[in-house]
Amino acid sequence: MAQNPMRDDPTPPPALARTSAARIAVNVDGVAHLDEVEPRLLLVHYLRDRLGRTGTPIGCDTGNCGACTVDLDGMSVKSCQVLAVQADGRRVTTIQGLAGPDGAWHPLQRAFHEQHALQCGYCTPGMIMAARDLLKDNPDPTPEEVRDALEGNLCRCTGYQNIVRAVLAAAAELRREGAPEPRGKAAGAPRASGQEAPA
Amino acid sequence: MTDQLTGQAPGREVGRARTRKEDARLVTGQTTWTDNLTAPGLLHVAILRSPLAHARIERVDVRSALEREGVVGAFSGADLAEGLGSLPCAWQVTEDMVLPEHPALAVDEVRHVGDPVAVVVARDRYTAADALEDVLVDYEPLPPVLDLEAALADDAPLVHADKGTNRCYTWPLVSGDYAAARAAADVVVRRRHHQQRLIPNAMEPRASMAVPVPATGEYTLYSSTQIPHIVRVMMALTTGIPEQKLRVVAPDVGGGFGSKLQVYGEDAIALTLARRLGQPVKWTESRSESYQAQHHGRGQIQDVELAATRDGRLLGMKVDLLADMGAYLMIITPGTPLLGAFMYPGIYKMDAYDFHCTGVFTTRTPTDAYRGAGRPEATFAIERTMDELAAELGLDPLELRRRNWIRHEEFPFTTVAGLTYDSGDYAAATDRALALFGYDDLRAEQRARHENLDPVRLGIGISTYTEMCGLAPSRILGSLRYAAGGWEAAMIRMLPTGKVEVITGTSPHGQGHVTAWSQITADALGVPFEDVEVMHGDTRVAPQGMDTYGSRSLVIGGIAVHEAALKVVAKARKVAAHLLEASEDDLEFADGAFSVRGSPEARKTIQEVAFAVFAAHDLPEGMEPTLNAEHLLDPDNFSYPHGTHLCAVEVDTETGKVAIRSYVCVDDVGRVVNPMIVEGQVHGGVAQGIAQALYEEAVYDDAGNLVSGTMADYLVPAAPDLPDLVTDRTETPATSNPLGVKGVGEAGTIASTPAVVNAVMDALRPLGVRDIRMPCTPERVWRAVKEATAAASAAADAAGKEGPS
Ligand code: FES
Ligand code: FES
Repeated sequence: MAQNPMRDDPTPPPALARTSAARIAVNVDGVAHLDEVEPRLLLVHYLRDRLGRTGTPIGCDTGNCGACTVDLDGMSVKSCQVLAVQADGRRVTTIQGLAGPDGAWHPLQRAFHEQHALQCGYCTPGMIMAARDLLKDNPDPTPEEVRDALEGNLCRCTGYQNIVRAVLAAAAELRREGAPEPRGKAAGAPRASGQEAPA
Repeated sequence: MTDQLTGQAPGREVGRARTRKEDARLVTGQTTWTDNLTAPGLLHVAILRSPLAHARIERVDVRSALEREGVVGAFSGADLAEGLGSLPCAWQVTEDMVLPEHPALAVDEVRHVGDPVAVVVARDRYTAADALEDVLVDYEPLPPVLDLEAALADDAPLVHADKGTNRCYTWPLVSGDYAAARAAADVVVRRRHHQQRLIPNAMEPRASMAVPVPATGEYTLYSSTQIPHIVRVMMALTTGIPEQKLRVVAPDVGGGFGSKLQVYGEDAIALTLARRLGQPVKWTESRSESYQAQHHGRGQIQDVELAATRDGRLLGMKVDLLADMGAYLMIITPGTPLLGAFMYPGIYKMDAYDFHCTGVFTTRTPTDAYRGAGRPEATFAIERTMDELAAELGLDPLELRRRNWIRHEEFPFTTVAGLTYDSGDYAAATDRALALFGYDDLRAEQRARHENLDPVRLGIGISTYTEMCGLAPSRILGSLRYAAGGWEAAMIRMLPTGKVEVITGTSPHGQGHVTAWSQITADALGVPFEDVEVMHGDTRVAPQGMDTYGSRSLVIGGIAVHEAALKVVAKARKVAAHLLEASEDDLEFADGAFSVRGSPEARKTIQEVAFAVFAAHDLPEGMEPTLNAEHLLDPDNFSYPHGTHLCAVEVDTETGKVAIRSYVCVDDVGRVVNPMIVEGQVHGGVAQGIAQALYEEAVYDDAGNLVSGTMADYLVPAAPDLPDLVTDRTETPATSNPLGVKGVGEAGTIASTPAVVNAVMDALRPLGVRDIRMPCTPERVWRAVKEATAAASAAADAAGKEGPS
């Protein structure tokens, strides 16, 4: 045992030198980033550890839980299954980029709150991102279609019933608004916490 | 309208389906999961774990790890052993219980796959993970110990050789004369039930970050835990860091279900490394690591016997339990099965009860509390066996239950196991459930399918459960030899502007305490719900607490908040009387204001009183300038929620697939603070109970490897795997607390597993199937059907040969 004498060395960690670093240009939630990354760096670690976008959590190491789901150029991906270098030249939207420019929540965020579709909330970012992907393709899903579409996202707290309810409620609201993708649109004020839940 | 039992007026807030204050950060990603945290100079820890179930450690060589660029330190168990005590077990269940040493990092021997053997500290997480490959460990394999019965044989290989036995303890609970009951019985039904091991699977894996201040010897431990207060005490004892120098913070915690009700070695390792290196360190576990390193749940073999008369009256029950402790005793490993000991008789009256539990060491991950902890196992045993008894007697399983359950007018009722159930109405909950379920129609359809030899059979499963929760009266915990108490703390601070801070010793991780405690406080103080802020989970903010588990938070912690608020009102009343120049007795308090009886214009709001106390210009003689109040509550009794769950399944006898067709739960959790949160707890609880019945199992091979070792192999149900539930409630207020509330966190899990398996068995019993082990996977169901039909046709053939043709 011992401590490495190198720990007193003030130079930054030499990890990058070991494998040739790659330059990437990624837009994350509307902000452009230029970075050098190890080719093996996972997108989710790039988001969390490099950019501090910790709204996207990690729930597994096998691509099963879906907690890390983000939008990559309009496609829903599990960001633990994508390398940061694969996001080069592309646009990533995370849960932190969903609200409108005025801070108004996305209808899915509102619906998850109103329908009590979260308890601990760890699965919630991924659930919302996966549900958003579903509603882009299928604005009026049946409950079964919602369940099937969310198969890759695990929740241990809710039993999914209220998640399905929330996705259906958000779908209805999006249809009323006539906008499959409300990003950038004022989507109504976020409902304050403490409102009576809709029956 | 006031409640007959409590004399309490229903509040403006208690009973409302308030949406949660917690949600705003969670739905926008503005969270503070432990792994989100960082600190200047943060180092990352990776842990090397044993690939073998049982082996002697011959050598650990970390030198080449140290040569890797970016690595700052690498340590074997022996390197870290100095100053690091054995991990604690707080429950010495019997005087002679065998309590082995449990080092945070193994030194001489590894005893389960995943037992940690070395740690590496590096500047980033990838380098730390890489450097694990540089650590060399030589193992001398020892025989694994996996079979609970074989482990007790005289010549069995030992998990802890120095202890001379794999038997951890045998714990009895005997009441009445079971031998006499059995002798008097017309019918004795005996069954063996297997409670498979489960992996709790909170969605957030664990993480620990330890931040030192070397100059002062202070440490802050951020840990993904349900029990920051208990962790603080235990870490002080284990690491020797003086308690007053140690702050423990549970930031946002992504679920627990018991898995984070633990004092884990990784917390001790993080603190020890922070102490050695003088720098902040963080460890975050991978999911696959967590499957080996977080404690598991269940893991029991239950031999159950029910003795009854021909007309279905229960006389007695006998239970012999073998409980898999795993390799070590963690915080409440030995006591977990005993939390069920009192619940085997369920809601039924009987004369005699004979319970013995033997804890057995194996070379598997330790077991400990998982949602329900002992009570799901007990409820499964009684409810499954009641169905078998009903079948034996040719009685409808509901009728058998009716003949034996405690009637509403018999409460409070002291059971054969010695508990006093305060309140309940089993008939009311059952009637409500039956109405929602359409019991008679489903029975008719079941008969029709049977007569038509439909390959898809229908089965109906019943579970009329109760449970003991709200852990727990300290004196009872003491008599059970648990090391700590079961009280809870609350403090209310009235701020000068009339806003309110509630400090709670509970440590929510999804349960919605911030919202529910706001509702309780708003009612008691008459302040707006929005004006209340609830703080928790940081030993510096909430210095006292016993944390969150065992469905205790509302019935102890929530009531403590209520009582503290009443103390604030009592103080404010004195000040208001002084300011209004009235006698305290002449003041009425309603809607947050004191007014003089008969002259309602003479009035002071509680906010006005709060400011007057802050200014302190004119206070009653001798009064301290504060309205703040604290309350520590030690409950008198447990909480006994109950209910009736009905499940209808369709079982495809050709594929073995079980599909839940409908599921009705009527739960009685007393008065409800927030019906939306209660419904959510029921949904999630039932989902985990269904998961045990149909999907989940921690599978080990003969060498002791965890075969279901990743989330790809262990079947946590996804949305398509679970049904929509029909939920409803009856409301029989608890008499043990002023709000009439009962616990709800575990009820769904406790109730649902037997409902589902009873339904599967009800579908297949006519085919001759006698039992199916959980989880009732398609393969197991298919095999059971195949074996039963083969046996039936063999019997028919034999009868055909013998009989006249
Ligand atoms: S963390 Fe990406 S799927 Fe689990
Ligand atoms: S809300 Fe906790 S995992 Fe989904």
